[in-house]
Amino acid sequence: MTQTETLAHEPRTFEQLIAAGERIEPRDAMPDAYRATLIRQIAQHAHSEIIGMQPEGDWLTRAPSLRRKAVLLAKVQDEAGHGLYLYCAAETLGADRADLTANLIEGRQKYSSIFNYPTLSYADVGVIGWLVDGAAICNQVPLCRSSYGPYGRAMIRVCKEESFHQRQGYELLVTMMAGTREQQEMVQDAVNRWWWPALMMFGPPDTDSPNTAQSMAWGIKRHTNDELRQRFVDMSVPQAHALGVTLPDPDLCWDERRGSHDFGQPDWSELARVIKGDGPCNAERLARRRAAHENGAWVREAATAFAARQRQAVVA
Amino acid sequence: MDDGNAYDGLVEADPDARWAFGTGFHDTLAGVDDALPPSVDRAQLATYCLMLGDDALIMAQRLTQWTTCAPELEEEVALANIALDLLGQAGPLLARAALADPTTVPSLPPGSPVPPQDALAFFRDPRQFRNVRLTEIENGDFAASTVRLLVFSTWRLALLQRLVGSCDAVLSAVAAKAVKEVAYHRDYAARWFVTLAQGTQESRRRMASGLEAVWPYVQELFVAHRVELDLAVAGAGVDPAKLRADFDQVIATVCAAAELHPPPTASAAATPGGRDGVHSAAFAELVTEMQSVARAHPCGRW
Repeated sequence: MTQTETLAHEPRTFEQLIAAGERIEPRDAMPDAYRATLIRQIAQHAHSEIIGMQPEGDWLTRAPSLRRKAVLLAKVQDEAGHGLYLYCAAETLGADRADLTANLIEGRQKYSSIFNYPTLSYADVGVIGWLVDGAAICNQVPLCRSSYGPYGRAMIRVCKEESFHQRQGYELLVTMMAGTREQQEMVQDAVNRWWWPALMMFGPPDTDSPNTAQSMAWGIKRHTNDELRQRFVDMSVPQAHALGVTLPDPDLCWDERRGSHDFGQPDWSELARVIKGDGPCNAERLARRRAAHENGAWVREAATAFAARQRQAVVA
Repeated sequence: MDDGNAYDGLVEADPDARWAFGTGFHDTLAGVDDALPPSVDRAQLATYCLMLGDDALIMAQRLTQWTTCAPELEEEVALANIALDLLGQAGPLLARAALADPTTVPSLPPGSPVPPQDALAFFRDPRQFRNVRLTEIENGDFAASTVRLLVFSTWRLALLQRLVGSCDAVLSAVAAKAVKEVAYHRDYAARWFVTLAQGTQESRRRMASGLEAVWPYVQELFVAHRVELDLAVAGAGVDPAKLRADFDQVIATVCAAAELHPPPTASAAATPGGRDGVHSAAFAELVTEMQSVARAHPCGRW
């Protein structure tokens, strides 16, 4: 009997697949809670990509060289592409893109709180690439091994592109640090503003993260928030040193015994406030997404009507 | 991909090693024969390159304004793609202008590292831009932007197809690459043109308004400037009046499929126009925004 026949006659259960470290595919049986958790996680990831176009998108029309304009536009375009893949991955679980978009603009689903901070200078474009995309990669590379097949496969491409984003950000900062004193000050100022929000991207401390244990058991999440945060800090410190900037944490120091850096805690009450909707740009970000969606409704309706007419014409 | 290597190689001593193709993109015209053809006047060639380069740059700038505002995610991706293609055309055209006639490049403080094509894009005054006014008009809604993109790409494709035979190797090379790109832009715009015209009553109404808004800028596309005429005679450029028949044929085909009729074209374009540096009030605003960061740091490195 071939392996295919075995699979056809004796489908392995969800629990067996998870225990064997294999992937769950869209037509496999899965617990309702697993499906719901994944839809929520993938949708929030997709929303983050789409809202995440805005902070840097604000600098597209003002990018200071033709090359930087092209690089930034390509990057922001990638984010739209990531949003698309991820909404598609969520659709394999039975979700609908239009419903998910409605959940976002009506505030029923969240997106990454980092995008509720403003971008105040062109150095922010570089620091977002370096630190925010860097933190996103730390979060997302383990998701390439997500137990849910379509999500894991989407994440492989997303992570490759995020890696480019991070590098273009770092390269911009290296270039600016070789520029005028004003440019160097812009870079340091941007690092000061983005460092703590970047640390918050890994979520609350493990002691305050109620969903982590279940998500890890299901293979949806591979590392705890604090493990990823530590990894991010350890990787960022030598980068900051090479760049010639200071990270704004007086408690940051190397712990020889642990072989890791000790570091201060972000203001967790600020994260709670921003998640609740009270960050500097929450209202603005959602309003722009809502306006784009509503202003585009007539276009989508026209495309739907046109497609229906084409189908009728084919049938006739 | 290894979990731990997100930052791998980021601080390697050789910064080029981090990138598949290095970071040395400073010579926009690398690999192209940039010798000046003997029959061509330097200053005229530079002006002509500014015309075509500014068309691409300003159209890209307007398309970029759609980012985060497009009606669907697929359109976010497509419009950004078109803008990227046009930016890719603008760079070598502006670099060619600077090389042909360095006096066109605005002067910057001594030691400024700004390359000539960026000096042209970010340090000229609005009056010195040579783009046609079609590219600078405000986006309007998606219908008006679709009409504008169809008109622009139909006209530019007809121009580029002829420019492939230019005696200037740079213009010829830029055109050869751009023909493939702009053919897609035209296809994209034509598809939306027909879809929206044949979609709902509302979309059809908006398309008719879009045509009304854009059509007054069509005639200017075919009015030949002295420089264009001279370079056409020299074998380097294209007389825009010669593009009219091709343009009309494509637009007629698309309009027939859409069952929409463009308004009659005005018999004469307002002159002087964009090719002479005469632009609309909205254009000054666009240029001021585009140049704001670069002008604040004339000695900056980006």
